[in-house]
Amino acid sequence: MYLKLAWRNIWRNKRRTLITLASIAFAVFFASITQSMQLGTYANMISNSVRFYTGYAQIHKSGYWEEKSLDNSFALPENITEVLAGNKSIAGMIPRVESFSLVAYGEKAKAAMLIGIDPMKENELTSLKKRLTKGQYLAGNENSLMMGQGLADYLNVSIGDTLALIGQGYHGINAVGKYHVKGIIETPIAAFNDQAIYLPLATAQFYFGMEDQVTSLAINVDDEAKLERLKAHINNQLGSDEYEVMTWREMMPELVQQIELDYVSGRIILFILYIIIGFGMFGTFLMMAKERTYEFGILVAIGMRRMRLKLLSLLELVMLSFGGVLLGVIISLPILTILHFNPIPISGEYAEVYKKFGIEPVLNFSISPVIFTDQATIILVLSLLLGIYPVWHIHRLRVVEAIRS
Amino acid sequence: MKVIEAKNITKVYNADKVPVNALRGVSFSVDKGEFTAIVGPSGCGKSTLLNIVGGLDSPSEGEITIDGKDLSNLKENKLIDFRLNKIGFVFQSYNLIPVLTAKENISLIMELQGLSKKARDDRAMELLKAVGLEGKEHKKPSELSGGQQQRVAVARALASEPSFILADEPTANLDSVSTNNLLDIMAEMNREKGTTFIFSTHDQRVINKARRVIKLDDGLIVSDDNMVLNP
Repeated sequence: MYLKLAWRNIWRNKRRTLITLASIAFAVFFASITQSMQLGTYANMISNSVRFYTGYAQIHKSGYWEEKSLDNSFALPENITEVLAGNKSIAGMIPRVESFSLVAYGEKAKAAMLIGIDPMKENELTSLKKRLTKGQYLAGNENSLMMGQGLADYLNVSIGDTLALIGQGYHGINAVGKYHVKGIIETPIAAFNDQAIYLPLATAQFYFGMEDQVTSLAINVDDEAKLERLKAHINNQLGSDEYEVMTWREMMPELVQQIELDYVSGRIILFILYIIIGFGMFGTFLMMAKERTYEFGILVAIGMRRMRLKLLSLLELVMLSFGGVLLGVIISLPILTILHFNPIPISGEYAEVYKKFGIEPVLNFSISPVIFTDQATIILVLSLLLGIYPVWHIHRLRVVEAIRS
Repeated sequence: MKVIEAKNITKVYNADKVPVNALRGVSFSVDKGEFTAIVGPSGCGKSTLLNIVGGLDSPSEGEITIDGKDLSNLKENKLIDFRLNKIGFVFQSYNLIPVLTAKENISLIMELQGLSKKARDDRAMELLKAVGLEGKEHKKPSELSGGQQQRVAVARALASEPSFILADEPTANLDSVSTNNLLDIMAEMNREKGTTFIFSTHDQRVINKARRVIKLDDGLIVSDDNMVLNP
């Protein structure tokens, strides 16, 4: 009976109910779109940075992250790689050598980030081959390299040209070499386009004079939620202070901060939106309580306890609010699904700004359930907070005066 | 057997500022099966007395006992439960829940009492038949005439099988046909089932049907004409 009563009470004034439902639905729609775009963008930023390069975690020699020197490289013990390979949480491991060298072609030279990779493994985990725009992907141990589009443009090189590399190798030795340009890639990270040179791992190790040594072992996981547990497990397996295990959050605190800052600013906008919607909801709740003072009086007079009446009133508000949430989700879900599978590319000046900050110039949308559960929770809390008024109204109701009203 | 016993009831409104004495030492009792009208001019204290007898308001002084239970000792929830089980109310018009049908309005009381659905349905239909509204069970108040609404209100008041029914000016908004109809139903229930009715009114048609008339004036009982006791 209470559900029936609440449902019918909601529809006493159809126009008012429809307006309230529409305003809540609009808030949910707007908030869902905003939050979806935020989460989609963050996921893309993380994916670009984490899945494309750092991995979710890395193992280094202790102190490497503080001082990224080849002298802090290490030869990974075989037993560790075997143990890690057997861990089901680990989606893959990529050994790398990273340092900087001077790259020259003709009369032009530039500092470049030189990355020694296992081409097969790298492609399995980062899909680097997909980024190839010209030439061919590295096949194995060969005297060739791939480079970022920006760097290739700067040096004015094309496929088949030979680049000279000169730098400092392991323990200060001279590193010098000449390599053919085999492929040119374009990545979502601007810094890589402008600076990156990929060499096969063995070629890079030979160039730097550090056979069997790597600077990092990047690890990808199938589920980020398992990351902290996995880190503890790897630390336990390594069992010594000789190595450091770092998650992407520790390696890229600026990215985490950027996301958190943006998330907070988004929350402030949503807070303002919900305050505005809250006033609209309050207006409805106020009228629903005030116009039924006589009826409340009758119900208490004939034997309905105030607590039941308060619960009935709250039930009406919650049903009305969730009706709005449901409507909002029904409207926003198909739109977000379309946007999720069809990200909006950004062009022009805005695209340059995105690139400048190392972000792929694409608006991505998430369809994580948390977007909708968040809105439902906010609306529920809001309706319960605003429901204090009708509850208070019923609590203070003077039956005799109400019946006379 | 006394259903209501009121002793020296006084009610003062606005005691702190400009005191208004609505009732000034009213004492009376009502036996089971009475059909009593409380009459008097506007502002004489009829509604105040009915509210106090119905446990909706408390007296400034005095004692009100229903079925031997002193209402002043009851906390709010106990008092609400007491009203639910012991007192039936019929107010002036528009006192039904507008979103519920006639049958649901009657059933609501029994649901509050915790009766099963079947028991509620059976009794609601029985009461609707008794007030001559069989076939109108699915009508909402807005689809019923004023007289029909008041008959549903009487059925609702009877639903909890109370000790007595309080009706505050039940015919105030009814035409003469509806008034006669309603009065006939209440009088029949009083006669055949022994239901106790107490109503406030200044409608002469209602007064004519009453078997006892308590006349109030300026917060005092000025006459108590019991046609059964003093024919």
